[in-house]
Amino acid sequence: MAEEVKLFRTWSSPYALRIVWALKLKGIEYETIFEDLTNKSPSLLQYNPIHGKVPVLVHDGKPVCESLVILEYVDETWKHNPLLPQDPYEKSMARFWANFGDDKLMKSIWQLFIAHEKDQDVAAVAALENLKLVEEQLKGKKFFHGETIGYLDLAFGWIANIVSILEEIMSLKLVDGERFPHLSSWIQHFMDAPVIRDCWPPRDKMIIKFQVMRENYLAPATPK
Amino acid sequence: MAASDVKLLGARPSPFVNRVQVALNLKSIDYEFIPQNLADKSELLLKSNPVHKKVPVLIHGGQPISESLVIVQYVDEVWSGPPSLLPADPYDRATVRFWAAYIDEKWSPLVRNLINATDEQSKAAAAEKVFEGLKLLEDAFVNSSKGKGFFGGEKLGFLDVVLGCYLGWVRAGEIITGLKILDETKTAALVGWAERFTSNKAVDGVIPEPEELANFMKMQARAAAAADASSK
Repeated sequence: MAEEVKLFRTWSSPYALRIVWALKLKGIEYETIFEDLTNKSPSLLQYNPIHGKVPVLVHDGKPVCESLVILEYVDETWKHNPLLPQDPYEKSMARFWANFGDDKLMKSIWQLFIAHEKDQDVAAVAALENLKLVEEQLKGKKFFHGETIGYLDLAFGWIANIVSILEEIMSLKLVDGERFPHLSSWIQHFMDAPVIRDCWPPRDKMIIKFQVMRENYLAPATPK
Repeated sequence: MAASDVKLLGARPSPFVNRVQVALNLKSIDYEFIPQNLADKSELLLKSNPVHKKVPVLIHGGQPISESLVIVQYVDEVWSGPPSLLPADPYDRATVRFWAAYIDEKWSPLVRNLINATDEQSKAAAAEKVFEGLKLLEDAFVNSSKGKGFFGGEKLGFLDVVLGCYLGWVRAGEIITGLKILDETKTAALVGWAERFTSNKAVDGVIPEPEELANFMKMQARAAAAADASSK
C-alpha cells in the first residue's frame, strides 16, 4: 500500500531534525516541505493551527505535531528498528530524560548563551549541573539507547548539533572532554553515524544564525 | 499485587499527584500513599527524585518514576489489562499526547495567570485567553469522545485523567476570581464532562474540595508575597 509521508521542517530546527533522523533510521521515504517561519505556508497553518510550528509529520493526510510526540508516533507506526526501549521502566526513563532535555537542559544552556557577561557565571552553574546529570546517564553506554541510536539519542541530538556552535560564538567550552568524557564521546559517535551525518545542517550557516540571535538578545537596553 | 510493592509519594492538593491516584484507581491497583511535606522534603523524596525533588513519584518494586504524564503512561503499560488508558491506534495516541502537552505547557499557565491576576484589566485579559484555550479543548473533547461521555469514549482515558485532575484548581480559581471558568454558555460539552468526571468512582475522594484548595492557594500566595517582601 503506497503511503504518503510529508515532513514540514526548517533547514535548522533541531526539533525537526529529530524526525529527519528517525525517518532515516526506519528507512521511510517522505517528502520534505521547507518552511520560512517568517512567512508560514497555508498548509502549515492548516496542519498545525494551534502552534504554527515545525516539525509537522503528515501521514496519509493526517498531521502529527510536537517532535517528541511525532517520534513516538513514528516508532509505533513503523515497528522495525525500534527507537524506544521495550521495557516499561526503561521507556519511562527515556521519556523522563527527553523531557528534562527540553524543559531544563536546553533552557539553561540558552540562558547562558544570551546572558550578559555579568550574569554568565551564575548561568553557567545551572547549565553545567544539568549537563552533569545527563553525563551520568551515559555511564557504560555508547549511546543513551545502548549499542545503537534510539529515541533519547535523537531527543538529545541538539546537544551534538548546536552546543559546539554556541560554544564557538561565546568563546566558552561547556562540554569539555575532562569534565564530560562520556558526553564528549557520545557526541563523536553520534555525529559519525552515517544516518546522522548525512542530515547535518551546514555549520557556517548555523553560526551566522545563532550569532545574529545572540546579538539581538544582548543589544544594549534603551538608554534612560 | 501487594500494596507494599507500589508506593506513591504525593501531596493531596497536587493535580499531578491526583492524576496518578486516579490512574491507579482505574486499574484497581493497591498502593501505599506516602504524603510528603513539600516545605520540608523527606530523604525518600530527595533520593527518589533527585533531579526535580517534586511529587508525584511512583515507586514500583523499588524503582522510582517521576513526572505525572510519564507515570500515567508507565501504569498503563505495566498493568496493561483493561481498562486501557491510552487508545490503541498510534494516531489516536499521538493526538492524546499532543493535547496532554498543550494542557500542561500552554493552557494551565493561562489558568494560573488568571488566578494570580491582581487588577480587573489583567484579569479580563487572562480570562479571555483561558476561554480561548477551553474552546480548543471543547473541540478536542467532541472529536475524541465521539458522542460518548469521556475523552476516552465510554470510559475514562488518559486525557480525562490529565485534564480532569485540574478541575479542583479550576473550581478553586472560580472561587478566588469570582468568574465562571467552566461556563455552559461557552463550553457546554466540557461542563457535562466535568460533572461526569468528578462523580466517577475512580475520582471519588482524590481531588480536594474547591474551598480547601482555594484556601491552600491563598496561603501559598501569602507565603510567596511574604518571601518577596522579606528578600527586598
